[in-house]
Amino acid sequence: MQRQRPDLPSADKRWKLVNATMRRNGYAEHALIEALHSVQDAFGFLDTDAMTFVADSLDLPLSKVYGVATFYHLFMLKPQGRHTCVVCTGTACYIKGAGALIEGIEQRFGVNPGETTDDKALSVMTARCVGACGLAPAVVLDGDVIGKLGTDKLVERIEQEIRE
Amino acid sequence: MNLDELDDLARTFTEESANISHEVRVCMAASCQSSGAQPVLDALRKAQEATGADHCRVKGVGCMGLCSAGPLATLGERDAGLNESKIYRELSPNHAESLIGAVQGDTNAEEALASQRCPSDLPFFQRQQKVVLEHAGVIDPDSFKGYVAVGGYRAMVQALTEMTPAEVVAEVTTSGLRGRGGGGYPTGLKWSTVAKMPGEQKYVICNADEGDPGAFMDRAILESDPHRVLEGMAIAAYAIGANKGYIYVRAEYPLAVERLKTAIRKAKRQGFLGNHVCETQFNFDVEIRLGAGAFVCGEETALMASIEGGRGQPRPRPPYPAESGLFGRPTLINNVETYANIAAIVSEGGDWFASIGTERSKGTKVFALAGTIVNTGLIEVPMGTRLRDIIEVIGGGIPDGKAFKAVQTGGPSGGCVPAAHLDIAVDYDSLKTLGTMMGSGGMIVMDETSSMVDVARFFMEFCMDESCGKCVPCRTGTQQMHALLDKIAKSNATHADLALLEELCEVVQATSLCGLGQTAPNPVMSTLRYFRDEYEEKLASH
Repeated sequence: MQRQRPDLPSADKRWKLVNATMRRNGYAEHALIEALHSVQDAFGFLDTDAMTFVADSLDLPLSKVYGVATFYHLFMLKPQGRHTCVVCTGTACYIKGAGALIEGIEQRFGVNPGETTDDKALSVMTARCVGACGLAPAVVLDGDVIGKLGTDKLVERIEQEIRE
Repeated sequence: MNLDELDDLARTFTEESANISHEVRVCMAASCQSSGAQPVLDALRKAQEATGADHCRVKGVGCMGLCSAGPLATLGERDAGLNESKIYRELSPNHAESLIGAVQGDTNAEEALASQRCPSDLPFFQRQQKVVLEHAGVIDPDSFKGYVAVGGYRAMVQALTEMTPAEVVAEVTTSGLRGRGGGGYPTGLKWSTVAKMPGEQKYVICNADEGDPGAFMDRAILESDPHRVLEGMAIAAYAIGANKGYIYVRAEYPLAVERLKTAIRKAKRQGFLGNHVCETQFNFDVEIRLGAGAFVCGEETALMASIEGGRGQPRPRPPYPAESGLFGRPTLINNVETYANIAAIVSEGGDWFASIGTERSKGTKVFALAGTIVNTGLIEVPMGTRLRDIIEVIGGGIPDGKAFKAVQTGGPSGGCVPAAHLDIAVDYDSLKTLGTMMGSGGMIVMDETSSMVDVARFFMEFCMDESCGKCVPCRTGTQQMHALLDKIAKSNATHADLALLEELCEVVQATSLCGLGQTAPNPVMSTLRYFRDEYEEKLASH
């Protein structure tokens, strides 16, 4: 007997994208990470509703889904700011002063890596090497890799990004 | 399809561009894109259209290597290689018209670009030997036709139509190729072990979870020549009797993922992947699996757990993946660069490959040069190249007149090589003798201003964060070692603390479950071996 798949949590069209990813993988257990990626791509983060939906669809305990979601650094369990700034803290960037960038951002915007400003304008994160060592210190600002910037210039760029 | 038919196909593709005599190639790998290569490419296309120079083609290509001087572009004849073309650096859209003029032989335009021109005898380019990267910076990574036109998929068709699986394995064994992901395990031996395993269902996996901070070789290979990796995987699958492959790639490499997806789609459409590959009895399907930011997933058993959709935690070996791997089936796992060597080995022969390199390390190695070095970027040199040549000649030495202090190899699992040992010939064994390792090929150069205690603390913090938490020595050992290193770095430590740190290094190394924990103490032990005085200095007041 075919197991009943859960209904989409709401009329939000983004759930269809998530469901399509799981269907493409035959609702197999091993598609869990793929499913979580598609939730995060669609919604920006994973909340309990989303994890419950994925768990029910793949016939997995919620604990397993939660365990996987919290294991990987890339999955966010809280909504992110409108802009994200990822400071690379790989070796090359470390040698070239990634620490100063993080300090500069903290001084100007009052947030440490992993935090979002109160006005939800900016989330700051760190990454373990984005592979742009030639541009060290590298920063990924709203998906674009920018490199070789000093702290002042970077803060300026972020301010500009927030204004736009 | 046999080799003659493939060669005909390649000729057809070449003839399609018969009216093209010259090419302007713009590096569109991630690093140059971040420096603004897209606007340069757009401006070039516009300028080319404006002049109506139909014999000249503007093309986006993969990594040219000199990442610190991006955006890069080359001018040359249609079939010229990287070194036979004129290379230009630090370009902006304003240079587009001159570049289009120069490729048509306009000397005024060429003069206007003089300040962007890289000297043609620049050791960075001239001293390299390219096998893995032979098409990087030359072909369009998104073009199936472009790959076939330069002889791509020839090795696969040759293997499928003229060789038995055992002959393929024998050729790889003869080549002496060792795993490029870090361990250096003989590839031929690994293949023959999986090939001998009984069972209908086997898998090949490409480990593209390049997590070592400071390493970007695999990213560049995938972004520059993705079909080459697919071809290597297909040959491996044929050799061991698998019909399904997975590429586990970091989500932090979106461009590489995009290009791989395009390559897989096009290869499938052309019948070079999927059922009856090139009209033979061989079936091979490839799927991409995205990582989600966990360094430990570079460890093979953790990687397989992640492909299966679970937490990326390693498990004890044996059983090795060759016996019981992905979904409990015999599985072959190799790294991106290892697969990228296979086509050349099958085409040119194992003996040819074995003629490059040193006695126990064959072939070439791709290194990523980063840190305080003039020419940051990607290089490929024969195994056994002197470290001094890599740093001072190819890398251009240390900027700002500072003195070289050490180079870190092998990432958080490796160690450093101090100035006194710069004359070693780099291969798996020589680096091991010095207490470090080849690793995947990241080389971080440090000048006299770097504190080695800080560097050791940096790597320990990395391992502490990335420890998966499954086994105690790694989970708590890295925490304690980091706390001790932090104490030393802040000059709050005693000699007893240092002694405790050294003892912990041995315990964690001996008792951790997987490579992450076993090698986490390496940066500490290595910096203690060569820079003990820096540690002692910090203890002096106690």
